[in-house]
Amino acid sequence: MSESIFDLADVTVRELNQTLHANESGTFRVLNPRGAHAVAAGINSDVEVHIEGSVGYYCAGMHQRGTVRVHGNASTGLAENIMSGTVHITGSATMSAGATGHGGLLVIEGNAGSRCGISMKGVDIVVGGNVGHMSAFMGQAGNLVVLGDAGADLGDSLYEADIYVRGAVESLGSDCVEKELRPEDLETISRLLSAAGLAAEPTDFTRYGSARELYNFNVDDINAELAEGQS
Amino acid sequence: MSQPNGQQPWNLRESYTYDRNVIAEIQRAANTGIYRIRGWGAKRELPTLDDLVVLGASMSRYPLEGYREACGTDVVIGADTAENPVRLDIPITIAGMSFGSLSANAKEALGRGASAVGTSTTTGDGGMTPEERTHSSTLVYQYLPSRYGMNPDDLRKADAIEVVVGQGAKPGGGGMLMGQKINERVAEMRTLPEGIDQRSACRHPDWTGPDDLAIKITELREIVDHRVPVYIKVGAARPYYDTALSVKAGADAVVVDGMQGGTAATQNVFIEHVGIPTIAAIPEAVRALQDLGVHREVKLVAAGGIRSGADVAKAIALGADAVSLGTAALIAIGDNDPALEAEYNALGTSAGFWEDFQAGNDPAGITTQDPELASRLDPIIGGRRLANYLNVLAVETQTIARACGKSHVANLEPEDLAALTVEAAAMAKVPLAGTSWIPGQNQA
Ligand SMILES: Cc1cc2nc3c(=O)[nH]c(=O)nc-3n(C[C@H](O)[C@H](O)[C@H](O)COP(=O)(O)O)c2cc1C
Repeated sequence: MSESIFDLADVTVRELNQTLHANESGTFRVLNPRGAHAVAAGINSDVEVHIEGSVGYYCAGMHQRGTVRVHGNASTGLAENIMSGTVHITGSATMSAGATGHGGLLVIEGNAGSRCGISMKGVDIVVGGNVGHMSAFMGQAGNLVVLGDAGADLGDSLYEADIYVRGAVESLGSDCVEKELRPEDLETISRLLSAAGLAAEPTDFTRYGSARELYNFNVDDINAELAEGQS
Repeated sequence: MSQPNGQQPWNLRESYTYDRNVIAEIQRAANTGIYRIRGWGAKRELPTLDDLVVLGASMSRYPLEGYREACGTDVVIGADTAENPVRLDIPITIAGMSFGSLSANAKEALGRGASAVGTSTTTGDGGMTPEERTHSSTLVYQYLPSRYGMNPDDLRKADAIEVVVGQGAKPGGGGMLMGQKINERVAEMRTLPEGIDQRSACRHPDWTGPDDLAIKITELREIVDHRVPVYIKVGAARPYYDTALSVKAGADAVVVDGMQGGTAATQNVFIEHVGIPTIAAIPEAVRALQDLGVHREVKLVAAGGIRSGADVAKAIALGADAVSLGTAALIAIGDNDPALEAEYNALGTSAGFWEDFQAGNDPAGITTQDPELASRLDPIIGGRRLANYLNVLAVETQTIARACGKSHVANLEPEDLAALTVEAAAMAKVPLAGTSWIPGQNQA
């Protein structure tokens, strides 16, 4: 199938996105992104987009269905709130990659900065390198697989997301604890590694999850206790 | 024990510093070990728009005939930036209140009432329900720090997007929804376990500061192909700077929510002590818009304690383009109804005092997820009540505008106002009644 080429040295991000939103399928190659923001944001179709170079903020934001491949690095909020489909970058991503993602797959072959997978709600994220501090902060659902190391306060205030780290973890955040690696976890890890096209031994990973101690407020009731004691 | 002259007996003198509310709160805290979380807004005495009066016409300016002469009330938001700007028939909107904090019937009632009079409703922290989309002809989609239920399909269905930076009841704080209200549907919409005490994020996960926010707004506009306007909502804390930075970030409208603003669930200490009152916030927001040369172009929506047409007219005279209502809209559809007095009594309170929007046991069926309670609110009747109330506010606003000789409510101006207290004069920057004195501005 033929491929459409968008050279961002000549056309605007607006024209590119408008075209991507208007097409149900097709392959698009984006040249000279030069750190532009919101490149390929809001895709909701089966298009395949190849971006040759590094992008700015919110590349593939709120992505649905199709595939976006970045041959370069990405700035803040890569694939934020991704719903489905795949976003794959060969380089590294800065802050908040995959933030609040509800579904789909985000692959970062390099490193991810701080708050990778913050408030994740079902997305699967695979990072070939390391993740920065506060990754998976308040993560609600989904999986974060890290082949390298994790920075400080991993999984702080975590809900039901699962975190798998192969390397060292600088420190765990509040309510995040190490958990047993179950057979279904090994399956999840190998499934995600193969989807990401990255190789590692699933048994080398450690799982982290929520201790669930922050789920409800601790409420005392001394008056009720005393009344009970009297009855 | 009563005294002959009707005075309090010496042994029943209430302490000003430790009044009965203070004593009860110390006792409650000592018993439970948890801060008080409640709904409603600030209850203590604060400067309000009641501290201003409208001057009306006199020898030097003539009024318009009530009912006969035209007095416009419409507002357009996003005329220059959005393919489909928001067009409101009246400058009175319904504020963001989440499904979750409110029942589906309550959301439907708000949608029906607002749509009947040509104005908008707003989603809340928890996403858009099909019910509210269906029943609201103009629906503003909130984009909040938690991103609960945030879905690009819903974003594309919205008539406007409101980026929530803060709320008047809790500038700097995140949302809360207590476990009693996180039933299966609410839990699923928010991807949370049922029954947890939800504490939403207070900061957006993927931007920090106004420069990032400008890029975020570009992204939002890109995703919806620049069809709808983008608002920014801030809690009133530093309204001059927050408004200026919102303009810089590219907002079509800035919603400034004063400290009286209602909430579904917040720490009492936040509700009563954080933020500044609406009367103080509006003039500062207006000053920012004027300094940037965009007043009346970038729209200002004022919220927090708006109850009457007088409040609407005064807010507009101070420079707002529209207002938005939370608590008053809930009262209009049935909250704190005296007909439910026995049930309020059973909860240890009374109609007119009930504030426990967080508890999930609302006798009026509005702030609940309990199906039996929720079924008590008839969304059609609730919608009619809200439409009636909004109509009254609109006509009251016109009444005041006509009395000031204005052919459109937007022509009301600070010159039409005077202040009843020195404090209100200083905050609202209008003269103390009977003088030309604006504290801090002139000495006359
Ligand atoms: C029950 C209830 C739920 C609310 N939920 C939200 C919300 O989800 N998001 C938001 O920005 N503000 C929320 N608010 C605040 C309102 O949007 C609005 O700022 C406030 O109610 C205005 O003040 P008023 O109640 O005095 O009119 C809520 C308020 C109430 C009463």
